[in-house]
Amino acid sequence: MHTESLSGQAVFPAKHTEPRPEHPPEVPLAIHDLTVAYQRKPVLWDIDLNIPEGKLVGIVGPNGAGKSTLIKACLDLIPRTSGWAHIYGVPYRKARHRVAYVPQRESVDWDFPVNALDVVAMGAYRRLGWFRRVNAAETKRAMEALEQVGIAHLAHRQISQLSGGQQQRVFLARALMQDADLYLMDEPFAAVDAATEQAIVDLLRRLSSEGKTCLVVHHDLATVTSYFDWIVLINMRIVAAGPTAETFTRDNLQKTYGGKLSLLEKAAEALRSTPR
Amino acid sequence: MWTSFDTWIVVVGSLCAVACALPGCFLVLRKMSMMGDAISHAVLPGLAIAFYITGTRASIPMFLGAALAGLLTALFTQWIMRFGNVDRGAAMGIVFTTLFAIGLILIRQAADHVDLDPGCVLYGAIELTPLDTVSVGGFDIPRAALVNGIILLVNLLFLTLLYKEFKLSSFDPDLADTLGYSSGFLHYLLMTLVAVTTVAAFESVGSIIVIAMLIVPPATALLLTHDLLKMLIIAAAAAVLAAVTGHLGAIVVPGWFGFESTTTSGMIALASGLIFLLAWLFSPDQGIITRQFRRDLAPPVPLSEPDTGTS
Repeated sequence: MHTESLSGQAVFPAKHTEPRPEHPPEVPLAIHDLTVAYQRKPVLWDIDLNIPEGKLVGIVGPNGAGKSTLIKACLDLIPRTSGWAHIYGVPYRKARHRVAYVPQRESVDWDFPVNALDVVAMGAYRRLGWFRRVNAAETKRAMEALEQVGIAHLAHRQISQLSGGQQQRVFLARALMQDADLYLMDEPFAAVDAATEQAIVDLLRRLSSEGKTCLVVHHDLATVTSYFDWIVLINMRIVAAGPTAETFTRDNLQKTYGGKLSLLEKAAEALRSTPR
Repeated sequence: MWTSFDTWIVVVGSLCAVACALPGCFLVLRKMSMMGDAISHAVLPGLAIAFYITGTRASIPMFLGAALAGLLTALFTQWIMRFGNVDRGAAMGIVFTTLFAIGLILIRQAADHVDLDPGCVLYGAIELTPLDTVSVGGFDIPRAALVNGIILLVNLLFLTLLYKEFKLSSFDPDLADTLGYSSGFLHYLLMTLVAVTTVAAFESVGSIIVIAMLIVPPATALLLTHDLLKMLIIAAAAAVLAAVTGHLGAIVVPGWFGFESTTTSGMIALASGLIFLLAWLFSPDQGIITRQFRRDLAPPVPLSEPDTGTS
């Protein structure tokens, strides 16, 4: 269900035999032969992927397809069984300054005693380095980042007092603080309100128009075509990757979701036919 | 009837309690409160082995032995979690009971020769600390005050220098790693601080009370504030308050019932618990009685607010 689709032009299959990268350094994220296993059970298998620069890229696949794992493996957060992931031509540890990561909202404890501004300022920590404190200039930048996501008025509110959408905006503002070229986002649209969803989309488009590359784990098939220029369909292996118009096909979705898709479609149809 | 003895006991208790409360705040925030318990028990074999090797109760080897045992506890816990596929609580339970048992056996073996008795290990002997003095700059101060004072300074130093790093890695360890602040390194550094603090507190208050000092003041502070820095300060204040009222209580309270005075360290733990109870009941925005009171008096506040995004 996977290999045949790899023949698509979009995934640059020509480099398989090369032991070292030969992709040009401007490729924001190049993954070769990546395999990740938890407790000897493979979660990602033989991933080969080149993400083009300046694109808004969606990662789409069923639950447990390894979407989050893919991002974490690229960031050295979980060990790789084999293969490598390069960011602008170098391993992640040499490219930290060019990457911003937005983890899933549930990955942290929102009762932690900090306010929104504190969390956003964390985006400046790499620039500051060990021992140095957040200074006035970085605080100002953090306020600006909060303004860009539309919640500057909540800067001093403790994070547990924020709604889910506001918490997600705090995470996005923190990523903006990192002033990166590549943004890796894990389900930023999960359980947010409509206003926040629109704000995130606007933000992603703006980043993209500035030449930044955004890689976004996404769940909602209905919005894929309107949000993303480029998509990666994944289910343990790369099923297909390329421009959304060519890649987001019924056939590819069938391969990605297997039997589950028809169920989803039926549900969607049922919803559509229900008069509101 | 308040003597310089009592003053020193309160000073030692306070230094001990504050030294414990500071790293304790991060244990509570990391949802690793029981790690303090585990480490405070598991340092025992480290102490015993250090004693076997060096033959003295000198501070430095004792600290090294204890710090090593503390680190091993954290390491073993991590390993058992990963390879045994069990949760952190279970892994800690396996590690610290085993290490504590080994420590007790080692101490029993040594007990015939030296003054390292299990009762002292469990409950401490804070009442005796003013007897063992050292001379610092011409003043005779209790050795326990000096040791706990130094540990408090060490903790203050690390938590001041690495405040931002500990905040980040406690809140979002993944982000810490991606930004180049190794959350593993910071975890083991914190565990080392806890282990060293525990050993210092050990002699004064014993291994059981240490857990109260590590966890209760920070838990109290968390009920009273939503700010990390304020939490650290309030925890330290609650720790001192517990030490003072604890010792007073140890002298006064048993008299009401016609008993001799009781152990100070036990009363410090009890005082911490009572302070926590007060915070739980009367915390300005989280106390259950305050909330009830406010609900009865205040007019209903409209829930909607002029925000974008509410979910």
